Amino acid sequence: MLAIDGTFLDFKQLDLLATQHTALHRLDPRAKVLTTACFVLCVVSFDRYTISAMLPYLLYPAVLIAASGLPFGYILRKILIVIPFALVIGIFNPVFDRQVIMHVGEFAIWGGWVSCASILIRATLTASVAIILVALTGFPVICAALEKLGMPKAFAVQLLFLYRYIFVLTDEGVRTIRACQLRSFGRRGLSLRQFGSLVGHLLLRTWDRAERIHMAMLARGFSGEFHTTGPQGRFGSKELIFMGGWSALFIVLRLYNAPQLLGGLFAGSLS
Amino acid sequence: MHMADALVSPAVGGAMWATSAALIGYCSAQGHKHLDERKVPLMGVLGAFVFTAQIINFTIPATGSSGHLGGGLLLAILLGPSAAFLTIASVLMVQALFFADGGLLALGCNIFNLGFFPAFFAYPLIYRKLIGRNPGQSSMVMATIVAAVVSLQLGSLGVVLQTVASGVSALPFKEFLLLMQSIHLAIGVVEGVATALVIAFIYRARPETLENVSRVKPTAKRPLRSLLATLLAAAALTGGVLSWFASDAPDGLEWSIARITESAGFPHAQDPEHKALETIQSKTALHSGVTMPEGKRGHPEETASPVEERIGKSLSGLIGGAITLAVCFLVGILCRKRAEPKGFGASH
Repeated sequence: MLAIDGTFLDFKQLDLLATQHTALHRLDPRAKVLTTACFVLCVVSFDRYTISAMLPYLLYPAVLIAASGLPFGYILRKILIVIPFALVIGIFNPVFDRQVIMHVGEFAIWGGWVSCASILIRATLTASVAIILVALTGFPVICAALEKLGMPKAFAVQLLFLYRYIFVLTDEGVRTIRACQLRSFGRRGLSLRQFGSLVGHLLLRTWDRAERIHMAMLARGFSGEFHTTGPQGRFGSKELIFMGGWSALFIVLRLYNAPQLLGGLFAGSLS
Repeated sequence: MHMADALVSPAVGGAMWATSAALIGYCSAQGHKHLDERKVPLMGVLGAFVFTAQIINFTIPATGSSGHLGGGLLLAILLGPSAAFLTIASVLMVQALFFADGGLLALGCNIFNLGFFPAFFAYPLIYRKLIGRNPGQSSMVMATIVAAVVSLQLGSLGVVLQTVASGVSALPFKEFLLLMQSIHLAIGVVEGVATALVIAFIYRARPETLENVSRVKPTAKRPLRSLLATLLAAAALTGGVLSWFASDAPDGLEWSIARITESAGFPHAQDPEHKALETIQSKTALHSGVTMPEGKRGHPEETASPVEERIGKSLSGLIGGAITLAVCFLVGILCRKRAEPKGFGASH
C-alpha cells in the first residue's frame, strides 16, 4: 500500500518540478523536445559494442540537471527503477555472445559483456533525458509542443484529458485499495472474484464520471481545445542556440570518439 | 513487455514510430468523422482508469504470484478500435515520459505492439466474431480470454521481431521467440481472465454499457475494411525499412571499423549487386540482422595487431572514458554553483 502511494507521490513530484522558473524551464518546449529526439537518435545509433564513445553524452543530462537545480537523487532513483527492464534482455548477451573481442591484460572479454554494458549505458542515457524533459517542461506543455509539431489535435486532447484524470482516478484507486486492505485483516492480494467486482465498480464509477464531465464541458462551452498555460511559443534565438548547440555537439560526438582521442592524447604525452 | 530505447536501433524505432504515428493520425481522423462527442471525455477518463487498474493486483490461484490488468483489450471492448487505439497510445506515452517505462524512440514499437494488436486485430477479428450477435455471459468470457491470448502472442512476436531486427541484443531469434511466446501465453491467459472478470461484472451490473458499444456498428465496421489496407501498408513499410536497415547498417558498421582500425573497410559493400543480394537475403532470413556484427568481431582477429597495441588501445579508451566522466561531473558541479544564486534570485 505504501509502495503504491509512493509511486504516485513520485509522479506528482515530477509534475511539480515542471512548475519551476529557470531559464531552461522557460525555453520553448519545441526546442527541448527536438533536442531530446536528436540525443536519443544519436545514442541509439551506436553499434552494440560501443561503450566509451557514449560516455560524453552524459554531459547533456548532467548540465541540464545542474543548471536547472533538479534534484539529482530523485532523478537517479527514477532511472534506477527502469534499468532492470533493459537488463532483463541485456543479460542474455554474455550467454549467447562469447566471442572474445578484446583483452585487458590477462583477461579476455566476451563481446556479450561489452554489449551488455553498452545496453546499460544506453538505458541510463535515454531514460534520464526522458525524465528530464518532463521535469523541465511539464506534460501539458509537451503536448502543446507536439501539437505544433504536427500531432493530431484529437490525440492532443486525449493526452490532456488522460493526464488530468490520472491524478483523480489514482487517488480513488489508492483509497479503494486501502479500504479493501483495512477490511481484509492483513491478507495480501485480492482473489479473482474480488478483483473483478472491485475493478468493475471502479470502472462504472469512472464511466459515470465521464458523463458528468461531458455535461460540465457542454455547460462551459468546450470547443475541442485545451488552453494550456506555460511558456507561450516563441522560437527565438535562445531556442535556436540551445537546440543548434546541443544537436551539433551530439552529432560531433557521434562522429568522433572523444574519450578515445582524449585518452590517446594523455597516453601519448605519458610515453 | 514494454521495449526500452536501449534495445532498439534507429531504423526499427523510426519505422515503428512512422507506423504508429500514421495509425494515430488515421484514428484521430476517424474519431473526428464518426465519434459521438460523449466519447471524448470517456476516452480520457478510461485511459486514467487503466493506470489505476494497473496498480490493483490480484493473486493468481495456485501460484502465489500476482497479476494485474493490462487494459488494451478492455479498452477495445468498451470503446471500439479507433478510440481504444488512441487511448492506449496516450497511456503508453504518459508511461514513457513519466516513468521512462519504454523509451521515447521505442514508443512507436510499444504503441504498435500493445495497441494495434488488441484494438485492430484481436477485438474486431476474434472477439467480435466469437461473441456473435446476441452474446451471453459465458461466450463473452470465452471470447475475451481467446482474444487476450492472441493479442498478447502477437504483441510479444512484435517485440521479438523488433528486438532481433535491432541487433542490440544478442539473443538468437529462435530461443528468444520460444521464451517470449511461452511467457506471454501465461500472461495472456491471466490478462484474459482479468479482463473477462471485469467484463462479466459490467455485463451483470450494467449491460447497457456493453450494448451501446456493440450497437455502434458503422464505427466498428469501417476500420475493419480499411484495416487490411493499414495492415498491408504497415507491413510493407516495416519490411522495406527493415531490409534497408539490414543492408545499410553493415556499411555504417564497416565505416566505423574502418575509422577505428584505420583500414579501408570491406570492399564488397560498395558493389550494388551485392547490396541487392543482401537485401533479398535479409528479407528471407531475419537472422542476418543478428549476425552482422560478426564482421566487426572477426576483424581485429584477422589483423592480429600486437597484444601491446591492443592493450594500449583499451588503455587509452579507459583513460579517456574516465576523463570524460570526470569532465561531465565537473561541468555539472560548475553549472550547479553558477545556477544556485540564480535560483535564489528567482525565488525572491
